[in-house]
Amino acid sequence: MTVATIAGTPVHVDGEGFLTEYDEWTEALAQHLAAGIGIELTDAHWKALRFLRDDFRTRGETATLRRVSTVGGIPIKELFALFPGKPAKKMAYIAGLPKPHGCV
Amino acid sequence: MQRLLILGGGTAGTMVAGKLRRRLDPADWQITVVDHDDDHLYQPGLLFLPFGDIQAQQIVKPRKRFLPDGVDLVIGEIARVDADACTAVLAGGRELRYDQLVIATGVSPRPDQTPGMLGPQWRRSIFDFFTLDGATALKAALKGFDGGRLVVHVTDMPIKCPVAPLEFTFLADAYFRGRGMRNRVEIVFVTPLPGAFTKPIAAERLGTMLDDREIVVEPDFLVERIDADHKTLISYDEREVPFDLLVTVPLNMGADFVARSGLGDELNLVPVDKHTFLSTQYDNIFALGDANNIPTSKAGSVAHFSVEVFADNFVQHIAGKPMTGSFDGHANCFIESGNGKGLLIDFNYDTEPLTGTYPLPIVGPFGLLKENARNHWGKLAFRWIYWHLLLPGRRIPLPANMSMAGKHQPVKEPQS
Ligand SMILES: Cc1cc2nc3c(=O)[nH]c(=O)nc-3n(C[C@H](O)[C@H](O)[C@H](O)COP(=O)(O)OP(=O)(O)OC[C@H]3O[C@@H](n4cnc5c(N)ncnc54)[C@H](O)[C@@H]3O)c2cc1C
Repeated sequence: MTVATIAGTPVHVDGEGFLTEYDEWTEALAQHLAAGIGIELTDAHWKALRFLRDDFRTRGETATLRRVSTVGGIPIKELFALFPGKPAKKMAYIAGLPKPHGCV
Repeated sequence: MQRLLILGGGTAGTMVAGKLRRRLDPADWQITVVDHDDDHLYQPGLLFLPFGDIQAQQIVKPRKRFLPDGVDLVIGEIARVDADACTAVLAGGRELRYDQLVIATGVSPRPDQTPGMLGPQWRRSIFDFFTLDGATALKAALKGFDGGRLVVHVTDMPIKCPVAPLEFTFLADAYFRGRGMRNRVEIVFVTPLPGAFTKPIAAERLGTMLDDREIVVEPDFLVERIDADHKTLISYDEREVPFDLLVTVPLNMGADFVARSGLGDELNLVPVDKHTFLSTQYDNIFALGDANNIPTSKAGSVAHFSVEVFADNFVQHIAGKPMTGSFDGHANCFIESGNGKGLLIDFNYDTEPLTGTYPLPIVGPFGLLKENARNHWGKLAFRWIYWHLLLPGRRIPLPANMSMAGKHQPVKEPQS
């Protein structure tokens, strides 16, 4: 774990730049992280990100795309349009949450 | 007389019955297990069955044999739980009242959840190996396969035994090599995750295992549907993976009655406290094994360690005391890698799989994240341990929570 300065704020990140402390995340930070990977956040993006943040707080796990779709009400196709290529990973990155992982 | 009702007589339900029958006075507590049949399936055996390394009769035994005296087994389909009325209802209408309920109905593969999976190619060129029927049908298909594109596919996480698809891929590679036809089989591993190995140390140590075997990985692939006519997997972002033979792990979901009873999440898993397995909704309902939503692997080893913690907690809980045991997410899995070799991983909620050794009395130590023959023999020996020690709830000298003994601590970068 290292400390990086993003948008003027020091935050803890892992080797891939994912935030490791839930509480260090702010909306301003999210905009900055999104811009860094070529995404400009719209209301539709925010809906997904807020769902992920809230869900993680209660469950301690980053929601899968299926969960964002069935519980958060955003179709998986739309998530692929909003966060092209690797939506699960990109959403986690912008929301300051651990990326989805297997056990090994 | 108080009633403990256990739904599901699989790995977790059977162990709960065994451990609690010893702890609860038969004069005070009646224990009942419900399952829809009397066939206990040793699921880890399903991995070996398609390759002819194990026979069906070696992995199915009567459930009754593993339940102690003083535990009733009711055969029936659970239709619904009315949690406010403390009653479980079976198909046909029979009602079973309880004071305490343990949900241990696991998860099952649901090919119906992916459009096209159950179409005309199901069990012709599309197979699963998470069921006895599927693994048996796949055995014949592998035998008759004379070359082409074998695609091993995971629909979505979480699945039980998350390493099983990878193990299947390694075993398929070894199987076709053994038949002298590996050069005629293209093997592709398709996963919704960012890669075959996603934990940093495992990825670093094992990342080349697929390249070495000439297995192609298609990461970040979330299947939307299967085009059976063209034998093609199609993802939400419109990527296509054609196959001649597809071995898929369909979406894994908890039992439908969980959803019907308002007790489940989007995959019919029961939300529980991850340290005690107590339902987040009712304080006389617990969910153990694959049926719950704890953020660790769905595995028999997790069910075992969970039950160890749960049994003592339960006695405190019914005495109106706080539960003092706290489960740490401990999981321990052998990974078959083909040609009589295997690996072992050991981890919990907070510690990723590390290198080092795993101290096991008598048979150990086993190497962690290291390929060798001893780990393979450990996996095979586990079947005997499962039937003779684990299911009957005998004591196994393994601590329930994870230990750092033998593990190599990763060097932490200094925190500034
Ligand atoms: C191919 C494969 C390989 C595996 N390999 C390993 C391994 O190497 N190591 C490891 O630790 N784990 C392994 N596992 C995982 C392990 O088998 C499971 O995690 C474990 O069995 C979970 O136990 P459980 O009691 O939660 O569920 P189960 O053992 O599946 O039991 C659930 C029970 O509930 C019953 N049931 C469900 N719904 C109803 C209903 N409506 N009415 C009545 N009864 C119902 C079912 O009949 C079943 O008996 C493997 C699994 C598979 C599929």
